[in-house]
Amino acid sequence: MKNTISERVADFLKNFPPFNALEAKQLDLLSLQVTIIHKESNSLVFSEKEEPHPYFYVVNKGAIALTKKGSSQILDICDEGDVFGLRPLLAQESYKLEAKAYEETILYAVPIKDFKPLALENKRVGNFLIESFASNTRNPYSIKHRGKLYGITATTETNPSSKILDLQPVRYSTDLVTCTEGTKIKTVANTMAKHNVSSILVMNGDLPLGIITDKDLRQKVATGLFPITGNAKSIMSSPVITYPKELTIAQAQMAMMKSNISHLVLTEDGTTDAKAVGILSKHDVMLALGNNPAVLLRAIKRASDTKRLRSIRHGIMTLLQGYLEQNIPIGLVSKIISELNDASTKRIIEITLEAMETKPPVNFTWLTMGSQGRGEQLLNTDQDNAIIFEDVPEDKLEETRTYFLQLGSRISKELNTVGFEYCPAEMMASNPLWCHSLSEWKDVTSHWINNPGPEEILLSSIFFDYNVTYGSKALADELSHSIFDHAKRYPQFLTHLASGAMQNPSPSGFFRDFLVEQDGEHKDFFDLKLRALMPIIDAARVLILSHSIKSINNTAERYEKLAELEPNNRELFLACSYASKALLKFRTRQGLLHNDSGRFIALDQLNKEEKIKLKRTFKTIKEIQSLIEIRFQVKNLLR
Amino acid sequence: MWPFSKKKQLEFPDFWWAYEEHFKHPLPELIKDNTFVVLDTETTGFNLARDRMLCIGALKLLDNNIVVKDSFEVYIEQEHYDVGSAEIHGILKKSKRQRTSELEALKQFLVYIENHVLVGHHVLFDVNMINAALKRNGLPKLKNENLDTESLYKRTLLISSVVQKKDRYTLDDLAQKFSISRKDRHTALGDAFITAIAFLRTIEKLKPKKVKDLIRKQGPLRFGL
Repeated sequence: MKNTISERVADFLKNFPPFNALEAKQLDLLSLQVTIIHKESNSLVFSEKEEPHPYFYVVNKGAIALTKKGSSQILDICDEGDVFGLRPLLAQESYKLEAKAYEETILYAVPIKDFKPLALENKRVGNFLIESFASNTRNPYSIKHRGKLYGITATTETNPSSKILDLQPVRYSTDLVTCTEGTKIKTVANTMAKHNVSSILVMNGDLPLGIITDKDLRQKVATGLFPITGNAKSIMSSPVITYPKELTIAQAQMAMMKSNISHLVLTEDGTTDAKAVGILSKHDVMLALGNNPAVLLRAIKRASDTKRLRSIRHGIMTLLQGYLEQNIPIGLVSKIISELNDASTKRIIEITLEAMETKPPVNFTWLTMGSQGRGEQLLNTDQDNAIIFEDVPEDKLEETRTYFLQLGSRISKELNTVGFEYCPAEMMASNPLWCHSLSEWKDVTSHWINNPGPEEILLSSIFFDYNVTYGSKALADELSHSIFDHAKRYPQFLTHLASGAMQNPSPSGFFRDFLVEQDGEHKDFFDLKLRALMPIIDAARVLILSHSIKSINNTAERYEKLAELEPNNRELFLACSYASKALLKFRTRQGLLHNDSGRFIALDQLNKEEKIKLKRTFKTIKEIQSLIEIRFQVKNLLR
Repeated sequence: MWPFSKKKQLEFPDFWWAYEEHFKHPLPELIKDNTFVVLDTETTGFNLARDRMLCIGALKLLDNNIVVKDSFEVYIEQEHYDVGSAEIHGILKKSKRQRTSELEALKQFLVYIENHVLVGHHVLFDVNMINAALKRNGLPKLKNENLDTESLYKRTLLISSVVQKKDRYTLDDLAQKFSISRKDRHTALGDAFITAIAFLRTIEKLKPKKVKDLIRKQGPLRFGL
């Protein structure tokens, strides 16, 4: 007796240990007993010291964060296919950690009473469990995992200080790039360049003979010591230094320091006479040690699939949290994080382009708009993007558009996988309205400028913060010129844009009290984005456009530039720059605290100091609003 | 017949009375206490008079949980058959799958759904199809409340005239938006499952507390105070 859903469950489970060891029939029966649970983000699966559930869990979609109570630090993130909450399987003890949905998640709850007999009966399943208990790794068969089986770790488990991290097994690359002794040096260099690696193994069958690194090429070949026509044997370092694959981070570091090398070869048993299984570079160690923007950036550039990028993004979030805790200036932080976000997007585009059946017919530019375009996207917020492609002859236009629409929807799907939510307003390159040729874009934007209704103002306010993430910058520059030309000819447009900037509801009431939302899902919350951030961002945009400057997108930087351009308003603009940074920081803090976009704030959870800080920015907002009201004569506009 | 005296006690089978009995109890007020029955039907076509149901699939959703074994899937023996639609649902006229008569299928379905709220993508089509089948078998219409995932999904999109919304969102559109695998598309229970996940993700976005609000949210937004 199986049904379509249980088949679906079985079809998913069979890919992951320990379920892959079950016979098809057993799995079918087990799948029938599963309960599918949907968890909203931030909802609890189980809390610390809670009585064990009659289930253990497998993540089907989304991610679960395991934390120790009282600390905001995430000990581990369980991703698709990971198993957690195994403790009740072993003993009737309560949970040692808290499991919370890190994002919207679908779980399969497997009843323990149905699973236990299978585990006892099936040796491979039993072994998996024993090994995972013994080795303390969540999944001993997968070298990818460096986490621990937190559901069942002993009570000695404490906060993962760097000390414990050091003792975790390292994650190394298993895609070996190899050559043989006889390979020509030029071929060696080409292979390394093609795979974008810094070292190559010289193999004799399965056995590692030697290694050639960037350094060898530099010191031995480029200097003329050995001719480029020689073979790999002449320049390789041999014998290689090998280690067993069960290596901890600390051991790896020591080994590298001891022999003063940057690459370790890992073999089955740690000797040179065994099969080489992986290579570990200094970079891998750095990455395992954590959170250094340069390391993350490099990891992004090397990532070959979106799944990897997704885990790197978790790292970026941890980095962000660390920066905020250390009170590093938000201007600097937002630069670094935006750079990483941009690099992720770029990498996704590259990966998607490689996967497309044909190459793009013409040049194109990928624009990011909104907060990412302004370089203010610190948390995972929505993706807003657009494509400009080169003009093509009339008869090719539809064909070209179809190609780019398809590219756009694939990219935005991948972006979604990595953690950029879809834009609820569909302002994405997958939408035909946001995927145009250059001359079409010129028409669209000039239409906005010539007919500035409320819709056109809203669209242009989102679009005009665009930033080139990928592709030819020339296309975007040409569009910018066309926009400024039109804006100069229709100065009314700026007035309308300014009036748009005045439309946002005011942050504070007559008695300087906070105005909160009156109804809806966020009743009694303060809408930080709409009431505080948007007015200050909108004002910056209209002011900077009136000076015909396109190269600066970041709000704080726009105000700094304005302070430079208009010395008489210098103080106000600097205050605005400060306020925009403060608000951004505020939003990011709140977002990290609640693992959401940080847009809505519960006022009763703020302390006195925070409230005062927030209110101080409101004063600046009012001042800048009255400045643009007067300057652009918004009052004359019939509303 | 005198039009105003239609108080004739109709003779319905026992399972119908058992079904009606459930409606004496009001629905729980809160969403988390309510069981939702997510359903989908595979039919020979879209014509309510001519076409027939080939399969009903349904599952129950209570407080974000779906119990796999407590799902409903029944294949129905039908005389009418449409070769064209077979390409979509893949149910052959002479397949070896065990099938039941239409009346038996309806009986099982009524026992399964009780008074729970029915959820479906374009739910009215499914409900009308079932009502047509009920009528053929001399039974009244379904009495359950309905929720349409398309209408609910539309409400999660930004309310703005700027954004040109599509008029229709198919189940495929939703599956893609919420990255749900479309593996069992066009089997009744598989579609019901996709609908269920889409429904859950939509509610998370709308965040209503009470069932009443949810039913109300299907309609277009009312402006004004």
